[in-house]
Amino acid sequence: MAGTAEAKKQVEDAVGDYRYGFKTDIETEFAPKGLSEEVIRFISAKKNEPEWLLEWRLKAYHLWLKMDEPDWAKVDYPKIDYNDIYYYAAPVRKEIDSLDEVDPELLRTYEKLGIPIREQEVLAGVKGAAKVAVDAVFDSVSVATTFREELTKAGVIFMSISEAVREYPEMVKKYLASVVPVRDNFFATLNCAVFTDGTFVYIPKGVRCPMELSTYFRINAENTGQFERTLIIADEGSYVSYLEGCTAPMRDENQLHAAVVELIALDDAEIKYSTVQNWYPGDKDGKGGIYNFVTKRAHCKGKNSKVSWTQVETGSAVTWKYPSCILSGENSVGEFYSVAVTNNKQQADTGSKMIHLGKGSRSTIIAKGISTGRSNSTYRGLVKVLGGADDVRNYTQCDSLLLTDKCGAHTVPYIEVKNPTAQIEHEATTSKISDDQLFYCRARGLDEEEAVAMIVNGFCKEVMQHLPMEFAVEAQKLLGISLEGSVG
Amino acid sequence: MKRKSSLELALKAVLDRKFETMLKIEKLNVSVGETQILKNLDLEIKAGEVHAIMGPNGTGKSTLANTIAGRSDYEVGSGSISFMGEDLLAKEPHERAAEGIFLGFQYPVEIPGVSNLNFLRTALNSQRRHRGEDDMSAAEFMKLVRAKADELGLKPEMLKRFVNVGFSGGEKKRNEMVQMAVLNPTLAVLDETDSGLDIDALKVVSDGINAQRRDDTAILLITHYQRLLDYVQPDFIHVMSGGKIVKSGDKSLALELEEEGYAAFEA
Repeated sequence: MAGTAEAKKQVEDAVGDYRYGFKTDIETEFAPKGLSEEVIRFISAKKNEPEWLLEWRLKAYHLWLKMDEPDWAKVDYPKIDYNDIYYYAAPVRKEIDSLDEVDPELLRTYEKLGIPIREQEVLAGVKGAAKVAVDAVFDSVSVATTFREELTKAGVIFMSISEAVREYPEMVKKYLASVVPVRDNFFATLNCAVFTDGTFVYIPKGVRCPMELSTYFRINAENTGQFERTLIIADEGSYVSYLEGCTAPMRDENQLHAAVVELIALDDAEIKYSTVQNWYPGDKDGKGGIYNFVTKRAHCKGKNSKVSWTQVETGSAVTWKYPSCILSGENSVGEFYSVAVTNNKQQADTGSKMIHLGKGSRSTIIAKGISTGRSNSTYRGLVKVLGGADDVRNYTQCDSLLLTDKCGAHTVPYIEVKNPTAQIEHEATTSKISDDQLFYCRARGLDEEEAVAMIVNGFCKEVMQHLPMEFAVEAQKLLGISLEGSVG
Repeated sequence: MKRKSSLELALKAVLDRKFETMLKIEKLNVSVGETQILKNLDLEIKAGEVHAIMGPNGTGKSTLANTIAGRSDYEVGSGSISFMGEDLLAKEPHERAAEGIFLGFQYPVEIPGVSNLNFLRTALNSQRRHRGEDDMSAAEFMKLVRAKADELGLKPEMLKRFVNVGFSGGEKKRNEMVQMAVLNPTLAVLDETDSGLDIDALKVVSDGINAQRRDDTAILLITHYQRLLDYVQPDFIHVMSGGKIVKSGDKSLALELEEEGYAAFEA
């Protein structure tokens, strides 16, 4: 048919086009390539770290040397040469006190990244522009933290973790690796040894954070790994919503991203952590792309504490990620809402772990996987109830939607219950996008792409509604873009 | 609502010089998989006309409707369909919709997670963009859709529900009529829209169809039963059998069918 060839061409053009695939030419300072004690000392010195942190890093490094890369996930990628990676890369001007000092080239990058206009204004320092504070991590160094003043007034600490190490060493010492132990897993241990920057947040007792906090991560330099470290502490009765967006330029090589995120919620505190991950997924044949090996874990330590993870994962060549909650507080609540889209040759092995130690703790897992092209998507999740945890409830729902007949969706739930009072529910569905739905939409005037985007957005509705408003709009568009040319 | 007789309509059309061919189907052959369903089917519909196609199950009525709307599982072997003078078969389903063809589904499809409002607004604006028009503003759209839903007795809360999810049979058909009224097509092809309706729902659906009946529109009703034709009076009735139209006539043909059954017309 006449229109079809043209449409196909447009689709093909669009598929090859990663919107965020540009690189920024700014001067970058590297640590020597590869990993050694010397490199770790270099990083630590660059960051003027105290002795205890250097020791801590070195201890982690030696542990890591004896560890094996995990191979249990349903992902397949060539062996990573850990000595062929730059572990530290920073824009040369690294100590920035005011926004005027931000390299205009960098601001342009944020513009291209599609950081919402309101947040760009914030970055540019336009007064009264927005109620979103942005901490931007460019390669490995946190560039600018906005809205510091207003947050300070509320007693909220929002800064790069390097700064926090200097300014609030006691707090960092107390909580760093308290949720994800140094020896937790291969990638987390590696992160301990080489983490370069990240975000630190502390919300004081009874404070509702006056704005949403937001971090944009971006990998720019070639052959760099990004090893950021995020630590968020919500003190008693406090509330914070934290947004994280990630992009990376197009590169033929694979780049490693091994972050660690730790959240701590004390009595009656609530943390809402939302991620839109759009790292470069590689090209159609699976060349290039980010390895996204991330450890995210929350400790719902206090009674009635609550942590919600919401993630929309459309990028990365390989994703290995299980945002989890340790529910030790009485009546604490853990939630995980996830949309994972894989296209072309992307692989995602993602899910959640809910570890119930507290009496009356509850958790919800809603995971939606959308696979197309020749991609593979796996939900892997653990619900564990310990003996002392009475009256625990969990509800898990995993739905997979397949758009082609060459892709795969897999569900691997692990359930371990040691207390007879627990109520655990698990539901899983797998479906193929239906021709009837597609034709119904098209007969009403939607073209094929619009029809797919609409059906998929509907499929993800339960998750999307947990994202903050602005983020949800972005995420919806992103879903549309990620699925372009995916049916047929 | 006062219904115009077909004679009045025909006269008016002549006077308005709108007596033009809207849809012309010639020697249409369509198969699904290995099976040929439509065999050399001819049909011509002019602006202002209401046609009804009747016939027993399995004679290709729905195949005809789906082929007009562009469903890809229906493979056109030979023959042609022109719509407003253009080759319809060269167009994608969404292009056909934007250019004025509406298919009322026999089994309206559920789309979980997508609200009726969002669905309809996206559809309307996609059609408008295709025609080079601006999007309709949210306020204007809400006004339009509320008015149409009210006319057709669709409860306002149904607009916020997910498309057809958990709707009763009658509600689904009512919803189809609201969609038709909002999208305002030139040619509405209604595939067994009357099936499974109780008498009240049938009346509402008929009102919807009659409201769409104008000098510049045409309607193709596909139905199994005579009873819809008590409420919507067609200008022409065609009896379909064995993949083709075996007899055409005016509305008295329906009564003939009623008395003699389809068997008398079998191809």
